[in-house]
Amino acid sequence: MALQESLLPNRGSAIKRRRSLWFRIHLDPWLLGLLFLLLLSGLLILYSASGQRLPVVTAQVTRLGVAIVTMLVLAQLSPGALYRWALPLYLAGFLMLVAVEVMGDVGMGAQRWLVIPGVVRFQPSELMKLAMPMMVAAYLHRRPLPPRIRDILVCALIIGAPIMLIARQPDLGTSLLVACAAIFVLLLAGLSWRLIAFLGALAAAALPLLWLNMHAYQRQRVLTFLNPESDPLGAGWNIIQSTTAIGSGGMQGKGWTLGTQSQLEFLPERHTDFIIAVLGEEFGLIGMVLILALYLLIVIRGLVIANSAQDTFGRLVAGSITLTFFIYVFVNIGMVSGILPVVGVPLPLVSYGGTSSVTLLAGFGILMSIQSHRRLLAR
Amino acid sequence: MSKRRETLKDPEQEVRVFRNRSMLAVVLVLLMSVGLVARLFYLQVVQHEVFITRSDKNRVRVEPLPPNRGLLMDRNGQLLAENRPTYNLTIVPERVDDLDATLNLLVDILDLPDTDVATLKKRSRQRQRPYQPALLLSELNEEQIAQLAVNRYRLSGIEVEAQLLRYYPDADLMSHVLGYVGRINAEEVKTLDKGNYAGTHFIGKTGVEREYEDVLHGQAGLRKVETNARGRVLRELGRTDPVPGQNITLTIDKELQQLGYELLDGRRGSIVAIEPASGEILAMVSSPGFDANLFVTGISHKDYQGLRNNPDLPLYNRAIRGQYPPASTIKPFEALAGLENGIITPNTTIYDPGFYKLPEHSRRYHNWLRWGHGRVNMRRAIVVSNDTYFYNLSHELGIERLAEFMHRFGFGEETSHDVHGAASGVMPSDEWKRARYGQVWFPGETLSVGIGQGYWLSTPLQLATATAVLANRGNWIAPHLARRIGDEPLTLPETKQNIELANDEWWDLVNKAMEDVMTGSEGTGRRSGQDLAYRMAGKSGTAQVFTLANDERYDAAELEERLHDHALFVAFAPIEKPEIAVAVIVENAGGGSSNAGPLARKMLDAWILREDKAELPDEPSDASEEV
Repeated sequence: MALQESLLPNRGSAIKRRRSLWFRIHLDPWLLGLLFLLLLSGLLILYSASGQRLPVVTAQVTRLGVAIVTMLVLAQLSPGALYRWALPLYLAGFLMLVAVEVMGDVGMGAQRWLVIPGVVRFQPSELMKLAMPMMVAAYLHRRPLPPRIRDILVCALIIGAPIMLIARQPDLGTSLLVACAAIFVLLLAGLSWRLIAFLGALAAAALPLLWLNMHAYQRQRVLTFLNPESDPLGAGWNIIQSTTAIGSGGMQGKGWTLGTQSQLEFLPERHTDFIIAVLGEEFGLIGMVLILALYLLIVIRGLVIANSAQDTFGRLVAGSITLTFFIYVFVNIGMVSGILPVVGVPLPLVSYGGTSSVTLLAGFGILMSIQSHRRLLAR
Repeated sequence: MSKRRETLKDPEQEVRVFRNRSMLAVVLVLLMSVGLVARLFYLQVVQHEVFITRSDKNRVRVEPLPPNRGLLMDRNGQLLAENRPTYNLTIVPERVDDLDATLNLLVDILDLPDTDVATLKKRSRQRQRPYQPALLLSELNEEQIAQLAVNRYRLSGIEVEAQLLRYYPDADLMSHVLGYVGRINAEEVKTLDKGNYAGTHFIGKTGVEREYEDVLHGQAGLRKVETNARGRVLRELGRTDPVPGQNITLTIDKELQQLGYELLDGRRGSIVAIEPASGEILAMVSSPGFDANLFVTGISHKDYQGLRNNPDLPLYNRAIRGQYPPASTIKPFEALAGLENGIITPNTTIYDPGFYKLPEHSRRYHNWLRWGHGRVNMRRAIVVSNDTYFYNLSHELGIERLAEFMHRFGFGEETSHDVHGAASGVMPSDEWKRARYGQVWFPGETLSVGIGQGYWLSTPLQLATATAVLANRGNWIAPHLARRIGDEPLTLPETKQNIELANDEWWDLVNKAMEDVMTGSEGTGRRSGQDLAYRMAGKSGTAQVFTLANDERYDAAELEERLHDHALFVAFAPIEKPEIAVAVIVENAGGGSSNAGPLARKMLDAWILREDKAELPDEPSDASEEV
């Protein structure tokens, strides 16, 4: 438990002296260090996964730069400010989702982008990933906990409306993850076990209904997941190639930039959603366990911060963000290694792509804000 | 945060609940992580061997390397069949964004009025595995290649690929000899050595190309290559080079072949010339010819119908499959049969009143000269081509002995060494007729056969062969088309027994009679025998196509062209040491002496009096020294 000890919030008198410096710049050194370690590992893998194209890596560095700045800025805001921003952000996100529904840009066969010509292309669902747990946490902040039925119903409304819109885009994966973030808030708030069991049963009962409302390609993904060999050159190709990549990596891997599956382009989407297969092929089980350990340390640090938060809003938001982060990791690795169906979820902070990195690091910015503003709130 | 609400909240309990829940979350997170690691352990350690094999199979591909097909040359080394680089258009549909749009664009820019998008679409699906290029079009021209280059950016997934394609420079006159190659069809695939033909698209269909397929094809090589997911070859891991097919030097003399083709001048007919001493076929013309190049990549329906519906049947190889009554050209052979069987002596004479009657029959079998040739002996019977003499001879000989003797000269048999698809003709006999028609042989039928008509059919190749054997004084050498395979001269197996006559001088007698055909005052071929620079033996023949009723007279002017007699002529020269034997048939041309004789003479002149008459070496001098 030595690890646990060191990650625990600063209590000892010796640390108090150091604490003041990090507190003044409102950053959490543990989290920051772990995140940078992860980002650097990610860039290393990305270089190999992109077919050793440096421009791809520099483009990613630029995007990560934006994301890091976002994180640093958010860390400066006080949790109180974040609490006040929860409702406006949520409403803005909701309105933009409506706008996408009405006039959104169709990209890759789905309506996900909101475009203000010449200014920005924006996915409102990304905003919702943060705004949603903040909104639910802000609502519960003023309520007695564990939440009562009336509050739960209000929360269901807060959660349900945007989820429906995102699912209609159609982006089932994101809508489930956004819902997940909100549900984590409810669970951490102490949703009673009876209610959890009831809702779980309800969800199970709703599955057939969900199946009926799925698009053909979504159903295909599930079917392919159940039996990838049924269509080895079509939908099953991705999963067969990614498991082959990981499996052929063995214990030690084939070596950096030497993975034949990845370098010879057998592996599809190798620098985006399937990047972990490149790591698995080139660094083997050892590399996989190390990167997973890095993720786990971040998650544990996140939960430690959540536990040391001094108000309901901070606790719930920090806990939800941390657990959602882990869910991304689990869903991505599970999908690439073939134990979950293929859903378009990138590997957090490693996959190529700007939007998701900004959202994720913004989340960690909120965590740092909660961690480093504690004294001020503790009056 | 109003006071009332604060009283309702219980921070202590909240913190406790949150701590419990997050501890539970940590446990779940760890469990899920253990699940992931277990899965990864299964993939990377337990199943590692399976996946490493699969990933190698993914990237390493064995590609066949087709051998280059052997070339065909005439006896002087002139190229008759070569391999030309051509350009094919291939498509990898996986790399095409919009197949219909791309194909439409292709039809547009390549100017393909005959090809519709549906056909191209069908072709784009004809392949064995994904990411393998499918053949869309072959033999692109320069302009099309340029157009493709210009529009390349709009045509992802489309590639221009070089390939060697068979080409026959003198197709019209050579097609029947060489045959041609074509795409391997489903039937052929069943019998092929799949490994050796894995990268080969074409196979010999007829002629020399078919007969010597094994030699010409060569041995396929292979290479192990590493490819990416799109099938693009990235590097070679190892290779076995293909062994190219062997070149074949044919016995054909292109100049002589060309002369024969020009002499026939598009008329239906055939000329076959053989070097008697060696059995080498110097020329084997079938007219009209056709362009075999049309068949190489697959002939268009229109072209094929054109050839099929041509009344002159250009696809029909008359030289080896055309079966004609040999007519009077067989009279010298028959005279030998009479001598050998003791039916006649050189001095035996008969009186020809213009017809022959079987004993106790009233039907008259007419001589071609209605008023008869008077008294004729064997020599004169050959020179004037008297029918009555040979009616009598064949009657006394009988069909069995006649057929037996003619078989020795190869009539009714396929005797060639390597002429693919040669027909055996018909040498009729009692037994043959029973088998064929279930009827007995009538004595009158022997008389028809006796003048080379009736059931007797032979191909021009057979006539030329028999003439060569006659010129050889009975020495049998199988006619053949290959002179040298690779660097090795062809070795001929002994096929037929040499013809030994009781008296060797009979050869000279018959040859002399055939010389008199050309030079004697009565000789039927005397107009073709003027100003000879060498001693020439010949015999004319006129084959009836249309059977005249008894006592009916043949009047060319009244008959349709297709019912006109076939003109035949056989000849060899020089008599002392024959260098060439030739058989000429011109369909429906009329009398043999005037219509086929001059052609035979020109062939002999061209061959015997050619300027570069130096003996060809049998061994290639350079190659044998180097080895």
